Amino acid sequence: MGSRASTLLRDEEIEEIKKETGFSHSQITRLYSRFTSLDKGENGTLSREDFQRIPELAINPLGDRIINAFFPEGEDQVNFRGFMRTLAHFRPIEDNEKSKDQNGPEPLNSRSNKLHFAFRLYDLDKDDKISRDELLQVLRMMVGVNISDEQLGSIADRTIQEADQDGDSAISFAEFVKVLEKVDVEQKMSIRFLH
Amino acid sequence: MFLLLPFDSLVVNLLGISITVLFTLLLVFIIVPAIFGVSFGIRKVYMKTLLKIFQWATLRIERGAKEKNHPLYKPYVNGIIAKEPTSLEEEIKEIRRSGSGKALDTPEFELSDIFYFCRKGIETIMDDEVTKRFSAEELESWNLLSRTNYNFQYISLRLTVLWGLGVLIRYCFLLPLRIALAFTGISLLVTGTTVVGYLPNGRCKDFLSKHVHLMCYRICVRALTAIITYHDRENRPRNGGICVANHTSPIDVIILASDGYYAMVGQIHGGLMGVIQRAMVKACPHVWFERSEVKDRHLVARRLTEHVQDKSKLPILIFPEGTCINNTSVMMFKKGSFEIGATVYPVAIKYDPQFGDAFWNSSKYGMVTYLLRMMTSWAIVCSVWYLPPMTRQPEEDAVQFANRVKSAIARQGGLVDLLWDGGLKREKVKDAFKEEQQKLYSKMIVGSHEDRSRS
Repeated sequence: MGSRASTLLRDEEIEEIKKETGFSHSQITRLYSRFTSLDKGENGTLSREDFQRIPELAINPLGDRIINAFFPEGEDQVNFRGFMRTLAHFRPIEDNEKSKDQNGPEPLNSRSNKLHFAFRLYDLDKDDKISRDELLQVLRMMVGVNISDEQLGSIADRTIQEADQDGDSAISFAEFVKVLEKVDVEQKMSIRFLH
Repeated sequence: MFLLLPFDSLVVNLLGISITVLFTLLLVFIIVPAIFGVSFGIRKVYMKTLLKIFQWATLRIERGAKEKNHPLYKPYVNGIIAKEPTSLEEEIKEIRRSGSGKALDTPEFELSDIFYFCRKGIETIMDDEVTKRFSAEELESWNLLSRTNYNFQYISLRLTVLWGLGVLIRYCFLLPLRIALAFTGISLLVTGTTVVGYLPNGRCKDFLSKHVHLMCYRICVRALTAIITYHDRENRPRNGGICVANHTSPIDVIILASDGYYAMVGQIHGGLMGVIQRAMVKACPHVWFERSEVKDRHLVARRLTEHVQDKSKLPILIFPEGTCINNTSVMMFKKGSFEIGATVYPVAIKYDPQFGDAFWNSSKYGMVTYLLRMMTSWAIVCSVWYLPPMTRQPEEDAVQFANRVKSAIARQGGLVDLLWDGGLKREKVKDAFKEEQQKLYSKMIVGSHEDRSRS
C-alpha cells in the first residue's frame, strides 16, 4: 500500500513545484519517478549515498561537490522539493523568460543563479569568496595525482591574479561574474529536455 | 450414516473422474507435445488475444484521463534528457571558445571549465545509463498486471472487473496448472537423469540423456507458458564451442536448453537446485564448481579448457555478464570465457515485457518470489537469435574479443551496448574510472608530459 501511494504525486504539489521551478507537468512526474528509483531507502528523501550509487556520478571528479549542492547546511536528506529546486538551475532559459519583468522573483535558472551554482562549487566554506586554498582543493579534485603541487599552485595564483580586482587575493562573486562575462553560461549550464 | 454413503462415494467418484480427465488433458495437450517438441499453437492464439485486450485497456485509460482532463503519465523509453556524445576535451574547448578571445590551444585552466563537470553531473542525476538497467523496464501500455501501472486513478469499473478476472485466471487457473507442470518437469528431470546415469557410457546413454533433458526443459517451458521464437537455428552451438548469451533471468537457461543440448557451467547450489544439479551431472558432463572453487580463476579456466578441447563434449552455456540485467542493454562481458580460445556461439535473447517482466531483480526478490511472479504473469514471450560463430582474431586480446561479441549480441537483440560492469548492481565503481577522467582533464590544463619533453 505504501509503495503505491509513494509513486503518485499530489496535484497540488505538482502545481507548487511548477510555480517554483518552472518545470512542466510531464517533466515533474518524470523526474519524480527518477527520484523514487534513486530513493533506495524508500522514505521519500535522498541521502548522499543514494546519489553516490550512480556510477557515472561517482566517477565525476567533482561528483561530491555536486552532490553537496543538493543538501542545505547541516542536513543529510533532501526531499523531492529540494531536489527539484536544485535541478531547476539547469533548466534552459526559454524565450518568453528572457523578456520577463524584473519585479518578480528571479527564476532559479537565470544566468546569475547558474553562475552562483558554479561559484558555490568552488566556495567550500561558504564565505562568498574563493580563496587560494579553496581553489587549490577544487583543482586537486579535478586533476587527481597528475599535476604537481608547485604547478597547481602557480595555476591557482595566476587564476586569482587575473580575476582579483580589489586586491584581497580571493575571488568574490562579482569578480567571478566579471571573469566569465563572455562565456555562454545560459547554454553551457543548461540541460536539454526531450519533452 | 448408511444413507450418506452412496452420496459420499458419488463425490469421490466425481472427484476421481475430474482428476483423471484433468491429467489426461494435461498429458495429451502439454506433456506429449513437450516430449516430441511439437506445439498445437494454443499459446500463439492466447498471446494474440492478450495483446488485443491490452490495447483496449490502454485505450480506455487514455480516454479516462482525457475525460478528467488530466495529463497521463507516459514513460519515455528514450529517457528524458538529450545528452550530447561529445568528449571532455571537445566540450571544455567549446566552453573556452565561447568565453575568451585568447589562444585556445595552449593548455591552461579556466574558471569556466567547471561548467562541464557540473552539467555532466546533473545530467547523470536526472538520467544515467547504468542504474536504470537494474530495475524493471517501463511499459508503454498497461498489461493488467498491477505492478506496471502509474495511471491507476483513471481505471473505470469495467477495467477493474477485467483486471479482477485476470487475477482470477492467473492465480486460480494458470498458477496451479503451471506448478503441476513445473513439478512434473523437475521430478522427471531428477529421476530421468538419475536412471540414465546408471547406464554404461556409450551412444545409448548419450541419446537417452539428451532426450530426457530436452523433454524436461520443454515441460518447464510450458510451465512458464513461454512462447519462444528461435531465429537462424542453423547457427546453433556445436560441440567443442562456448555458447554466450545476454542474461536477464535464471529462466534464460530453460529457454536455451529447450532448443539445444548444453553443458551447464555454474556453482553448486544448496537445496532443490543442488539436488537437480547433482542428478543432471550423472547423466552428462556438466561443469559444476564447489563454492570454494569458484574463486580460483585458474582452476575454472583449466576445467573449461579441458571441456572444450574434448570434441565429444557438449557446448558450454555461459552468461558472461555475470548478473541479470533488465533486458534493455548488454553490459560488460567478463573476459574469462573468451580467453579459452574456443569458438564462441553468440546468442541474443530479447523478452517482450508486455506479458510479464522476465527480469530477475535479485537484490529485491528471492528466487521463490521471482518464480511465483513469473508463474502468475500472463506469459513469457521472447525471441532467441543464434548468431554466426565467432573466433578470436590473431591481433585481438580477450577483452577486445569479448567486446566484439557483446556488440554483435546487442545489435541483434536491439539492446544498448554498454561498457559498464554489471557488477555495479552491488559494488561501487572502481576509482580507476575517476582517475581516468582526472587524467584527461589534467592534459587540458598542462598538456601531456610527452609533449613537454619533446618541445
